Amino acid sequence: MSRQPLDAAQIHALVVERFPAVTLERSENAQPWLKAPADGFLDLARFLKDDPRLAYDSLMCLSGVDLATFNLPPAKPVPPPKPGAAPVPPKPAEPIKPVEPSLACVYLLHSLVHRHRLMVKVLVDRNAGVVPSVESVWGVAGYFEREIFDLLGVGFAGHHDLRRIMTPEDWTGHPLRKDYVYPTRYNGVELRRAGQRFEDGPYAGNAP
Amino acid sequence: MTVEAYTVDGDLMTLNMGPHHPSTHGVLRLVLEVDGEVVVSCRPDLGYLHRSIEKIGEFLEYPQFVPYTDRVDYVCAMNSNHAYCLAVEQLLGSVAGSEVKIPERAEWLRILFAELNRISSHLVAVGAFAMDMGAFTPFLHGIGLRELVNDIFEKTCGARLTYNYITIGGVAADLHAGAEAEILAFCDTCEREMVRFNRLITANSIFKGRLAGVAAVSAADAVSYGLVGPNLRASGVDFDLRRDEPYGFYSRVQFEVPVGGAFAGARGRVGDSYDRFVLRCIEILESVRIVRQCLEQMPKSAAKADDPVGGWQVDANKQLRKPPRGEVYCRVENPRGETGYHVVSDGSRKPYRIKIRTGSFTAMSIFEKLVPGLMISDVVAVIGSFDIVVPEIDR
Repeated sequence: MSRQPLDAAQIHALVVERFPAVTLERSENAQPWLKAPADGFLDLARFLKDDPRLAYDSLMCLSGVDLATFNLPPAKPVPPPKPGAAPVPPKPAEPIKPVEPSLACVYLLHSLVHRHRLMVKVLVDRNAGVVPSVESVWGVAGYFEREIFDLLGVGFAGHHDLRRIMTPEDWTGHPLRKDYVYPTRYNGVELRRAGQRFEDGPYAGNAP
Repeated sequence: MTVEAYTVDGDLMTLNMGPHHPSTHGVLRLVLEVDGEVVVSCRPDLGYLHRSIEKIGEFLEYPQFVPYTDRVDYVCAMNSNHAYCLAVEQLLGSVAGSEVKIPERAEWLRILFAELNRISSHLVAVGAFAMDMGAFTPFLHGIGLRELVNDIFEKTCGARLTYNYITIGGVAADLHAGAEAEILAFCDTCEREMVRFNRLITANSIFKGRLAGVAAVSAADAVSYGLVGPNLRASGVDFDLRRDEPYGFYSRVQFEVPVGGAFAGARGRVGDSYDRFVLRCIEILESVRIVRQCLEQMPKSAAKADDPVGGWQVDANKQLRKPPRGEVYCRVENPRGETGYHVVSDGSRKPYRIKIRTGSFTAMSIFEKLVPGLMISDVVAVIGSFDIVVPEIDR
C-alpha cells in the first residue's frame, strides 16, 4: 500500500463523517489532538485501525493525565527551615476542587502503513469514570489500561483482567492523582513521606 | 508428539517462577499453570521494582529529572538520557522563542555515546540469553567487551552504569583526551571479537536447534502487542526509528536495518527466539559502523562549551525557567526498542506529567498470549530473547 501521511485536519475530516461528536483541538504548543467521548470509543478505535486511509495499527503509548491542577497557579515552594528554629508543623493542604472531567486518557497512535501519528484524548470524571477497553483492537492496550487503572483510577469496561499492576493489590488510592494522600503506614510498616529527612523525627514532614 | 498437538489432561499445577529466579533478569514473577512440562497459562506479576519515577518527576525541575532517566533502564542509560532530553528540547522548540540550539559536536557526541551504549546493552542481552540457555562462556565474552565501553564512559563522564551524561542543551562534558583513539581501538576489538562470539555461539548447531521455531511471533501480533525495536524487526517488520523518523544526526549516517528471516534454517520461523538473538548480533556491528562515521564526521572540539560548531553544551536554563505550556510525545530507538516520553507542561519549572513508555513493559503484554503451549524451559528462552530489563517494566 502506498504511503499517504495525512495531517490532523484531514484525519479529523475522515473521522467526523462517522463520529460527529469527535472534535479537533490543539494544545497550547500547537499539537493537534482529537477529543473523543467515552461513549462509543471502542467503535472509533476500530475505525481508526481498520479504515485503510488511516490504518493506525500500532498504539505507541497510552498515558493517563490528571488535569485537576493543570490550570491552577503553581504552589509556592516551602522555604527550608532556619537552623536552630523549631520545626514548623505543615499546614494541611487545601482540598483540590477539580473541574470535571478531570482525567485524560491519551492514546498515541502510529500507522506503520502510512507513517502518520495521531493523538486522541478521552476525558472522564474522576469519580467512577469509565472508558471502553480497546484491548481487542490493540493487544498492548490491556497492560497500559491496567497501569492507568492502578495509578489514576480510571475504569475500563470490558477489560478481561483489570487488576492493579504496579502497586500491591491491597494498596489504597491512585498515586499519580494530584490529590493523592501519601500513606503513613502500610501493612504495619511505618513509611516516611516525601520531602522528609531522616533527622526530622517520626514522620512530621510536609508531603507535597 | 509435538507440543502444539498436546492437549490438557490431568491436574494442573501452579508454578511460581520468580520473583527471584535467575532467568528473570531481576525481580519479575510469572505465575505459570503447568500440565507436566507444558505451560497452560501465564500471568506476569509486575511491580516489584516500581519506584514511581513518573511521580517523582512531577516534583523535580526539568534538568533534575535526567539522573532518574538513568534508573529507568540502567543497561542503556545513555539512550534513556537521550530520549528524555530530546523530549524536553522538543517541548521547548514547539513554540517560537524558546528553542535550544544544540552545538554540532554535541549532536555527534550524543549519537556516538548512544550507539556505544547500544553495543554494550546488546552484548549483555546476547550474552545473558546464551547463559540462560546453558552456555556460560559467551556471557563472559560479552561482559568482557562491555567493560571496554564502560572504561571509555568512565573516563569521559565519571560513571560506569548511570551516566547522567546527555543533558538538556548538549552533553555534560567533552570527550576526554585520547578518546578517539580508544573508541577506534574498541571498534576494531569489537568487530574481531564478534567474529569469535558468532563462531562460539551464534553458529553453534546445538544453540540453533534449541531455539529454532521457539516462541515465534507473527508480524501482526508483534505490531498489535506493541513489540518494538529488535523484537519487532525479528518478526519481519522493517521499522527503525533511527532511519524512519530520524532524530539528532541519525539522518547523516549510513547503516543497515536487519530484519528477521528464519535464520535458524529448516526448522526456524520468522520471529522466533533465534531471530531475535541474531538480530542483536547484527545490530552490534551496525552500531560499530555508526560509531566510526560519527568519529569521522564530528567537528573538532572548540575551547568554549557553547560554541555552535565545536561546543558540547549550551545553557538551556533560561528557557527551562518558563517552558511553554502544552505537551509533546517524543520517541527514540533504544536497544530495547522504542522509548517514548510523553511530557505535559503547565508552564512551570516542573513537568506537570511525565509518562515513560518502555519497550520491556509492552513486551510483557504478549506473554499471556505467547507463553501458553510452550515448555517451561522455553519460557526462559522467551524472557531472554525479548531482552527484558525489569526496572524498565516497573519504572
